[in-house]
Amino acid sequence: MNSVIELDGLAVDIGGRRILDNLRCTLSASTIGLLGPNGAGKSTLINALLGFLNPAAGTARIFGHDVRTDIREIRKLTGYMPENDAFIAGMSAVSYVHLMAELSGLPSGAALERAHEALFYVGLGEARYRKLGTYSLGMRQLAKLAQAIAHGPKLLILDEPTNGLDPPARQRMIRLIREMRASGEMHLILCSHLLRDVEETCEEVMILKQGRMVHYANLEEERRANRKFIEMETVGANGTFAHDIEKLGCACAMTASNRIKLILSEGVAIRDLYQVAKDRNVQIRRLNYRRDSLEDIFLKAMESDVPPQGATNGRL
Amino acid sequence: MAVYKRSYHGYSGPMTAAWSRFTIIPRYVYRDLFHSKIVTAFFVAAFLPPVVFIFLVYLAHSLPHLAQLLGQRGADSPITINSTFFLVFLNFQSVLAFIFTAFVGPGLVSRDLANRALPLYLCRPFSRAEYVLGKMSVLLILLSLITWIPGLILFGVQATLEGGQWLIQNLWLAWALFAGSWIWILILSLMALALSAWVKWRIAAGALLLAVFFVSAGFTDAINKILDVRWGKLFNPMYLLLTIWRELFHVNEGSDISASSAWIMLALICTACLWLLYRKLRAIEVVP
Repeated sequence: MNSVIELDGLAVDIGGRRILDNLRCTLSASTIGLLGPNGAGKSTLINALLGFLNPAAGTARIFGHDVRTDIREIRKLTGYMPENDAFIAGMSAVSYVHLMAELSGLPSGAALERAHEALFYVGLGEARYRKLGTYSLGMRQLAKLAQAIAHGPKLLILDEPTNGLDPPARQRMIRLIREMRASGEMHLILCSHLLRDVEETCEEVMILKQGRMVHYANLEEERRANRKFIEMETVGANGTFAHDIEKLGCACAMTASNRIKLILSEGVAIRDLYQVAKDRNVQIRRLNYRRDSLEDIFLKAMESDVPPQGATNGRL
Repeated sequence: MAVYKRSYHGYSGPMTAAWSRFTIIPRYVYRDLFHSKIVTAFFVAAFLPPVVFIFLVYLAHSLPHLAQLLGQRGADSPITINSTFFLVFLNFQSVLAFIFTAFVGPGLVSRDLANRALPLYLCRPFSRAEYVLGKMSVLLILLSLITWIPGLILFGVQATLEGGQWLIQNLWLAWALFAGSWIWILILSLMALALSAWVKWRIAAGALLLAVFFVSAGFTDAINKILDVRWGKLFNPMYLLLTIWRELFHVNEGSDISASSAWIMLALICTACLWLLYRKLRAIEVVP
């Protein structure tokens, strides 16, 4: 599969401080999630991909075009929905999307037609002649989406698209993202700190922490594998108990003070867990099989301080 | 595709030439601008002085003939069409151009910055230079219509009435009108954009533009008086312009500063404005 994004040792400095450091990854899914806590560098990565910030080291390629040398080509292929409110005062939605489509290179007539279509598509058809200043937050998010897709980009970058949306509006945005993915005409990058949004829409996930990639997950593969995980509720468990379980060969993460999630490795039985619990004087109050969720992956990644090693394609 | 087919599809039609995209911005700005009746009325009013001046040219040419008809032989026209006449015309139009810029200019960039619209422009195949050029061309076109275009029409009317000999002898006047207007237009446009990018608030940017031209006049006079010098005028953009115009129109009224120092100072002002635009017009604001 052709790569959408290649990060080749990408580092970005802002104000003399390193914000992104040595990112190496190849992402090729139709929907890519960028996850991380606030300040992890998600938006900085997007800004670097769009050429708003110059790499301090390394580089990134989008569809094979280098951000250092081919930024105009990259911008022809991308649509961008920024996180913050971004509009042009005093303009109606249709003029706004029309202008943006024209600036992307569409002739005026085609741009106007696409502006109407895009606004109908996102659900603002009836309100398209209203001034943007009179729009609610949810409507403004949809207008931003319309301007990002009006010129038919090959890659759509969505920075926190569900920010500030109420549940129905959020559902609508998620549905639109899924529909665009299903059309097969574009790739999407979804940047969010909302795990549910990413889990519902993305196939690949890159998790950032303090400017470094701490995990890569192919959610599609994980879903297909449907691995079973065990969730335990305990009394008296601590880091030593988790460490002992890891010694058995199980991947293990403590998600709360007394909750442990683990993957049973080959040759390890449930009774081995009880044996460790007995040795450490830990009570196992509840033990369930549970499918791995993005939250688990994320929490595990957040505990890790070490970036993935030998990740030629981003996989751990 | 019809609008009722609400499904996403790509675009594979023709694209416009990259070099021409900066012209999109003025189109949208004008559409918005001329919705205002005040702006439209002022713009139309800006063409009244050229009409009056053309009438004066006509009078200057016709009064001796009229006097001859009335039996007064050898009477001269009280109106003399020379370089001072054209300089006065340029002064008139430059004031109108300034008022127009003070009204239109500050909102061109500040509204985009205040509404964080720059990432939307710059995430497309559209550079910062094209953005500045697009915004500047809003003023360049409007101010051209107010200044050098009517100026050359006025010159053309005079040349038509006086004949080819006058045209050849005074062709430099056409150049002076053209060059003098363009210097004024460039300075005004750059300052309006730079100040609007700097303060990001339309009203404040407008006030600042007025202050730069009017307060600086008083300020430079104060420098000259207190320090007993003449170079204080170097900080008065309007005086710099007048000095250069006088040189272009060969009007020797004496100046506190030399034309070359005025040119250098104006070049420095332009450089400062470009630097300010370079610093402020970014897709994302980086606070060190």
